[in-house]
Amino acid sequence: MKPEKVDRLATYLILAGASLVGIIVLLLLGYLLVTGLPHVSWHFLTSSSESFRSGGGIRDQLFNSLYLVVLTLLVSVPLALIAAIYLSEYAPTNRWTELLRLAIEVLSSLPSVVVGLFGYLVFVLQWGFDFSLLAGAFALTILNLPLLTRSIEDALHQVPALQRRAGLGLGMSKWRVTTKIVLPQALSGIITGAILSAGRIFGEAAALIYTAGQSAPAIDYQNWNPFSPTSFLNPMRPAETLAVHIWKVNSEGLVPDARAVSNGSVVVLIITILLFNLLARLLGNLIQRRLAK
Amino acid sequence: MKKVITSGVVILVIGLLGWGWYTAHHQPAADKVTVVGSTALQPLAEAVAERYQKTHHANIIVQGGGSGTGLSQVQAGAVNIGASDIAASQKEGINAAKLQDHIVAVSGIVPVVNPKLGVKNLSMAQLRGIFTGRITNWQEVGGPNLPITVINRASGSGTRVAFEQTVLQPGTESINAQEQDSNGTVKEIVSNTPGAISYIALAYMNNQVQALKIDGMSATAQNITTNAWPLWSYEHMYTQKHSSKATTAFIRYMQSHRVQSSIVNAAHYVSIHDMQVTKTDTGQVRRK
Amino acid sequence: MQGPQQNLLKPSKESREEWLGKLVSGLAIVLIGGLVSAILIFLTVKGIALFVQGEFSLGKFLTDTTWSMSNHDYGALPMIITSFLITVLAGIVALPMAMIVAIAIAEMLPQRVERYLKPVIELLVGIPSVVYGYVGLTLIVPALQRLFGGTGFGILAATCVLFLMILPTMTSMSIDSLRGVPQDYRRASAGLGATRWQTITRVVLPSARGGILTAMVFGMARAFGEALAVQMVIGNTTIMPKGLLDPAATLTSVLTTGIGNTVMGTTANNALWSLALILLIMSLAFNILMKLFNKRGGQR
Repeated sequence: MKPEKVDRLATYLILAGASLVGIIVLLLLGYLLVTGLPHVSWHFLTSSSESFRSGGGIRDQLFNSLYLVVLTLLVSVPLALIAAIYLSEYAPTNRWTELLRLAIEVLSSLPSVVVGLFGYLVFVLQWGFDFSLLAGAFALTILNLPLLTRSIEDALHQVPALQRRAGLGLGMSKWRVTTKIVLPQALSGIITGAILSAGRIFGEAAALIYTAGQSAPAIDYQNWNPFSPTSFLNPMRPAETLAVHIWKVNSEGLVPDARAVSNGSVVVLIITILLFNLLARLLGNLIQRRLAK
Repeated sequence: MKKVITSGVVILVIGLLGWGWYTAHHQPAADKVTVVGSTALQPLAEAVAERYQKTHHANIIVQGGGSGTGLSQVQAGAVNIGASDIAASQKEGINAAKLQDHIVAVSGIVPVVNPKLGVKNLSMAQLRGIFTGRITNWQEVGGPNLPITVINRASGSGTRVAFEQTVLQPGTESINAQEQDSNGTVKEIVSNTPGAISYIALAYMNNQVQALKIDGMSATAQNITTNAWPLWSYEHMYTQKHSSKATTAFIRYMQSHRVQSSIVNAAHYVSIHDMQVTKTDTGQVRRK
Repeated sequence: MQGPQQNLLKPSKESREEWLGKLVSGLAIVLIGGLVSAILIFLTVKGIALFVQGEFSLGKFLTDTTWSMSNHDYGALPMIITSFLITVLAGIVALPMAMIVAIAIAEMLPQRVERYLKPVIELLVGIPSVVYGYVGLTLIVPALQRLFGGTGFGILAATCVLFLMILPTMTSMSIDSLRGVPQDYRRASAGLGATRWQTITRVVLPSARGGILTAMVFGMARAFGEALAVQMVIGNTTIMPKGLLDPAATLTSVLTTGIGNTVMGTTANNALWSLALILLIMSLAFNILMKLFNKRGGQR
């Protein structure tokens, strides 16, 4: 057969295969949306969940999820940022750096159950955090750190080496070059990476069951004092997130409409992750444009 | 200028946080009670806690984690109450003598099959045969020609221990079958699998699955109170021997006639005050 | 003012900044290193307690085939084998699929399409595994029941669910590694008169091999550690798997089912922590494998 013919045939086959996979995936998403969307309403989003009556909502779970993501990013972004700066700007290429990279990557492939159990032993029991948002945020940081570090490192690598040399040539210290030249350039990449990682941890359940806990006690949205036990801002209160709620409702839900609640929660979760993605893109573009000016 | 604004904001935030910390620590602290344990009991405990906090100045935190977790935590003194659907003395590694048992509800257990199967009644001997692996086809018990898929509950779970105490003869063991941890998943599996049989807590019963009668007796609250329906277990809340005032108050509230006849019944558990019989940890039943 | 000599002897502002930079990044590194070692040490200590306290022998743990917590039999071999089996199967099925989609997106379709597809893939990566589990329970298991009879629960169902779950991750990583191949290679190949397919198979794929294998191992590592989704569809029977349609149990499914029902410090609980240790060691092994592929692929 002529190479041109093979080429055309292969192109058709690959495109057909890809569309098939695409269709399967779309069907899957469609199935989730069709089964869940009818249950999503304003009432569903703004009322608290019920223990054994139907008609409960997911207000607290949704807020907990978002708040937990914010807390996790507060802990993990600075850590990942500094680690990435070290790895991309400072680290000598030797065995120790390799070992460090390996160590960070080990975190990324840790089963989330194992992370959850570790968090339970150390943060919840040893450090006395109890089941709390903070313990959950720490556990999620362990999961989030490797991917975030990697994406920030990539963003730093995108900055041309020429710019660094120019800075160094002017007699600036490496630290100054990094913070004043490289970081602003890489900012859009860093923010995009952070938000995308937020989307990933938003759906995590196994690591949270034993750290952030599986109950959403009544919280007071008018109480802005983060030290008050009933305040919605208190990081030391136990908090069930949306993903955990899906798991719990399905496994031990007493409510008669468990199925509907779970399907609705799945849709809300997917839409939120989609919003994270759009937000990441939007912010990234915005910053890029401002820098270009 | 920029620096002034930034430092101003930082000072403001720190000031607000400090003020928040101060006020939070100088209010009369709400009595905090932490309940950890049985996931099956969690919805009930949550509902009672919610009602309790409306009238009492207390902060009740209810967590799942499993009966084993609840018992080991209360034994270690890490939490006030360990919720468990299995008696502490039946649990390895727990010194039951050091804990105070509070029975807060009675939970019925009901064998369930797929609704399309058509089998609605089994004798106790047949049920035993199925779970010991002696009976393997529904034909043998008057059903269609379909192999039986036994879905057992997680070993060590309260529901399984109670079920085996009543159904199996001492010394015999269940067949090594599929094991599922939670009532919800069991229900899901049974409703999706034509030949499946399992058992769930009565509170979780709905029309997804078909409840079986045993020897013509059906699983109702009425039948449980007299032990005419023998498959039931206590829901326990364990505390240390000397528990805090708030803990005792909450448990007493949970055991009160008002809560038992309203919330506990509404959640399809059986009130402890309606029971005409008692059961020991090892399963012996006596009239009250 | 002091003399210039004085200024020369003092460390300059720049070198002090340099010192600060090193200190800050050094601290972060120590923290991360400490975290990783803490996890390793903690889990190792917990995981070997069963053997150290002489409650069960390591050899029996790894080779015995009966797991019964009520009888104090802790033979983990069936779970180890099942875990491997479903991971490898899911990886083998997912790799070609991911490759096809990645090649289509990165090499064949216009860039615009990727801009719309990338968010969709990210979306799929973010869907919680619980959801995949329920898709498995409500769609895949009944389908398998109808096709092959039996209960539908088992190794095949778990493989399907894991395949669905890791496909987006693997596709996304494969696209990245194909994108990582310099455009010059393609131009050079086209300049020599090669067709697009020839360029893809003889130039692009070989140079992206390291990245693609990394994607596969990464996906498999995720599959190996998945707990909730697998637990829902595999059937949780702790016996040696005999066929693809038989129910079985994985390390993670036994771990999540059992940990809440056992009491901290008992033999049964320790045995579960030993399972967690195996998971940890395996994820280390997957990592080292990835490193090897990366080195041989000549990337980064």
